[in-house]
Amino acid sequence: MSKTVELPRWIDVGALPLLNLLLALVVSGLVVLAIGENPVEVVEILLYGAFGYEEAWGYTLYYTTNFIFTGLAFAVAFHCGLFNIGAEGQAYVGGLGVTLAALYLDFLPFPIMLVVAMLAAMIFGAAWAYIPAYLQARRGSHVVITTIMFNFIASSLMVYLLVNVLRPEGSMTPESEQIAEHLRLPFIHDIAGALGIEMASSPLNLSFVYAIVISVMVWLFIWHTRWGYAIRTVGANAVAATYAGLEPGRFIIIAMMISGALSSFMALNEVMGVQHRLLIDFTAGYGFVGIAVALMGRNHPFGIFLAALLFGMLYQGGAELSFEIPTISNDMVVVIQGLVILFTGAMEHMFRPRVTKIYTAWRLRQDAGEAA
Amino acid sequence: MHQMHGAGETGAVQPAIELRGIDKRFGAVHANKEIDLKVDKGTIHGIVGENGAGKSTLMSILYGFYQADAGTIHVDGKLCDIKGSEDAIAVGIGMVHQHFMLVETFSVLENVILGVEGGAVLREGVDKAREELKRLEREYSLNIDPDAKVGDLSVGLQQRVEILKALYRGAEILILDEPTGVLTPQEADHLFRILDTLKEQGKTVVLITHKLREIMAATDNVSVMRQGAMVAHRKTAETSPEELSELMVGRKVLLRLEKDEANPAATVLNVENLCVDNAQGVRKVKNATFNVRAGEIVGIAGVSGNGQSELLEALGGIRSASEGKVELNGQDVTPGKGVDAAELRRRGVAHVPEDRHRMAMVTAFSAKEAAILGYEDDPAYQKGVLLDWNAISAATANMMSEFDVRPDNPDLKAANFSGGNQQKLVLAREIMRDPELLLVGQPTRGVDIGAIEFIHKRIVAMRDAGKAVLLVSVELDEIMSLADRIVVMCDGAIVGEVAASEANERVLGLMMAGVDPNEAKAAEGQA
Repeated sequence: MSKTVELPRWIDVGALPLLNLLLALVVSGLVVLAIGENPVEVVEILLYGAFGYEEAWGYTLYYTTNFIFTGLAFAVAFHCGLFNIGAEGQAYVGGLGVTLAALYLDFLPFPIMLVVAMLAAMIFGAAWAYIPAYLQARRGSHVVITTIMFNFIASSLMVYLLVNVLRPEGSMTPESEQIAEHLRLPFIHDIAGALGIEMASSPLNLSFVYAIVISVMVWLFIWHTRWGYAIRTVGANAVAATYAGLEPGRFIIIAMMISGALSSFMALNEVMGVQHRLLIDFTAGYGFVGIAVALMGRNHPFGIFLAALLFGMLYQGGAELSFEIPTISNDMVVVIQGLVILFTGAMEHMFRPRVTKIYTAWRLRQDAGEAA
Repeated sequence: MHQMHGAGETGAVQPAIELRGIDKRFGAVHANKEIDLKVDKGTIHGIVGENGAGKSTLMSILYGFYQADAGTIHVDGKLCDIKGSEDAIAVGIGMVHQHFMLVETFSVLENVILGVEGGAVLREGVDKAREELKRLEREYSLNIDPDAKVGDLSVGLQQRVEILKALYRGAEILILDEPTGVLTPQEADHLFRILDTLKEQGKTVVLITHKLREIMAATDNVSVMRQGAMVAHRKTAETSPEELSELMVGRKVLLRLEKDEANPAATVLNVENLCVDNAQGVRKVKNATFNVRAGEIVGIAGVSGNGQSELLEALGGIRSASEGKVELNGQDVTPGKGVDAAELRRRGVAHVPEDRHRMAMVTAFSAKEAAILGYEDDPAYQKGVLLDWNAISAATANMMSEFDVRPDNPDLKAANFSGGNQQKLVLAREIMRDPELLLVGQPTRGVDIGAIEFIHKRIVAMRDAGKAVLLVSVELDEIMSLADRIVVMCDGAIVGEVAASEANERVLGLMMAGVDPNEAKAAEGQA
C-alpha cells in the first residue's frame, strides 16, 4: 500500500487502451493459430479490408457512424452515473419516428424534412428512454434492469408494427414502405461526385458528418454547460448534488432522455441514409457495442470517435475476412470482436496497476534526479 | 507476559519503542524527516502535530503499512523489521484506528477472535477466547458484554472492543489514532481512565491527537511534530498547551478566540416545532424551536448523531420538514415542497455542510468546478448557453487568495488538496456570497490548527458584519469559543439553551446527556 502518482492523460487515454488492444489481438492471433490459419495473414486481410481501398474506407466509416451515436449515448448517461444498456431499443423506436415522419410527411422539402426527421428520432428515442429514467429517478428501479427489458419490449413492439401496421399491402417481408427518394440522406460519394471528385460507391452518407457535429456538441454539453455540470455532479456524488440544489432525479431523467435521443440518431444513418425503409432488427447490436465503444473511449467524445473507428474497422475488415478465408467464418469474426470488447472494455483495468507502478517508479527516479 | 513486571522500577530500562532516523518520502513530499523517538515502557506518550505533519505516516511505518526509506525500529531494545501488520502484532504492537474495523453484525466475542480463531472448528477457539476476554475485562475494567452485538453498542463501547481486540492479540504497546473524535467528554474521560489502567498494568500507550487538552490530561510525555520533523520532546508536567501549540505551528496561536461582544439585531432564522424524519421514517429532530439573530453565532452542541446533522440538513433544504415551520426574515421557508437547497441559496442562505467529502464537494472535480457547486447558475459564470470557465477560474483564484487556499491552482483536482484547504475553499464559496444566514457544520473537522484559527476568525467576521450564523459542532471547545448562545440537543430534542458566558464543559456535557439545564447547573453547583 504505497502512494502512487496519477497517470498523465496520454497514458490514461492513449497508451493503456492501445496496450489492451494489442493483448486482444495477440489472443485473437492464438485463436486463429488454433484453427490452423496464419495470424499475420489474417491481420493483413483485416486491415486491407478496412482501409485498403476507397470503398472499404466508406464502409468502415459508415459503421463508425453508428458506433459514434450509440457510444455518445452511453457516455452521456454514464456521466450521470447511469448504465444505459437500452440504446438498442431506443434507437429502434427512434427509427420508427424517422420512418413515420418520412412516410407521412413526404410532401415536405428535404431540408425541412431533415430537421423534422431528427426531431422525430429524438422525441421517439427520448420517450422510450423516459420510462426507465422515470422509474429509476422516482421509484428506484435500476436502469440496467429496466432498459434491458425495454429492449425486448421495443423489439416485440416493432415486430408487431412492421408485420401488422407498417408492412405495405401485398408484401411478404416485415418492413415498411420505401421512403420517398427526395427525402433520403445523400451518399458521400454522390456529394463528392457533384463536386467533381470521383469516389467509389459506399453506404457512407451525410450522417457521418452529422455524427462529428454531434460529438462536438456532446463535448460542449458535458463540460461547458450548466446541465452537463449538473449531470456530472449527480453522477459523481448525488448527495453533493442535492446539497447544491440539483435534484438528482431530475437530471437522471434529463441525461437518460438525451442518451435515448443520441442513440436514435443511429436511425438517421440506417433508415434515411442507407436502407431507406424500416427493417426488422436494423439496430443489429450497435447499441450494445456502443457500451464497449464508450468505455474504451473513456466516455470522452474524442476517445469515442477513435474507439468507434476501431470497431468500424473490425466490422468492415471482419466481413472481408470471412469472405477471403472461408475457414474463418462469420462466427470467428464475432469471436475476435468479442475479444477486443473483453480486453478493452471489461478488462480495461488489467494493466492499470502495473503501468501505474512502472510510471510511479519512473517519476520518482526522475524527481530524485532533478533534486540531486 | 514477561514485560508485566519490572517496568519503570529501575532507571535503565529499555524504551518500549525506539525509532532511529526514520525517513520517508512520497515522491516530492518528504513526509518523515529523520525522526528519532523514544517511548518509555509503561507510559502514555502523546504525539501531537497539525494534519500533514507526518504523525500518521510515522505510525503507519511503525505498524507496517509503509516501509521507511531509512532508519530503524527497535522494540524492547531489539531491532525489528516490520513489513506488515502481522509483524507489528508479533512484536506486541496493537493499533486502534480512528475508523473502527469492526463487523457490526457480529458479537463482541466474534469480533475479537476475528483472524485469530485458532482452528477450523470455531467452538474450541470461542470457549478459550471467552475465558481470556473475561480476564482482560476484569483486569482493565472495560465493562463489555462479550455477547452483545457490536452494532448495538455506543461508539465509546465500540472503541473498547477495538482496544480489547488489540489486547487479545497480546499487544504490549497500544497505538491510538485520534481516539476521542467521536466521543462525548464523559466517554473520553472513561477512555483515559482505561488508558491509565493499561499503564498501571505495564502496557505502553501511544496517543495521537490534535487536542492539546487531552495531551495535557492523559499523557506522561509528549512529542511534537511539524512538517515531517520531530521538533520537540517534553514531559507533559513541564509544558503547557500554549507552548505545545506554538511548537506545532511554529508561531503563537490564539487558543481561545478573541472576539468582541455580540450585537444581536433582528431575528433572521426562526425555527418553530420543527420535526425531521430520516428516509426510514424515524424521527430524528423532535419539535426543535429556536432562533438566530443577525450579528450572533448560535452553536448547536450535542454528541454526534443526536439529530444535529438532520437539523442542519433540513435548514439547508436537503431534507424536508415533517412538521413545524422555518422562517427566514419573516418569510416562510419550511424545507419541503418548493423550498430546496437552490431556493434557499437564492434567498441568502449559505451552507457549509458537516461532511466535506460526501456533501460539500465532488472530489473528482477540479477546484474551479468545486468552487461553483450550488452557484453554477450565477449569471457571472455564464457566457450565452455555455459556462464561462475563464470567469470561473478567475473567481476561484480570487476565493483562493482571499481564503489562503494552497496550492492556489484552480485546475487542481479537489481530492488533491489537504482537508484544511478543501474546507477553506468550501467556506470561501459560501461566505463570499455574502449570505444573510450562514449554516456551518463541523467547520474544522480534520483541519489543522493553523487553518482552524483562520476559519474561526472568518466565521466571527461574518457575525461582526451583522450576519446570522448557526454553528453545529461536536467539538465543545469550538462551540464554547465561537458561539454567543449554545443550544444543546440530545436524542433529537433540544434540551436547553445557555449563554456562552455561562456555559462550561461539565454543564454542557450533562445537557448533552439529556439532563435539564437547571438541574445540570445545580449538579455543577454541588460538585
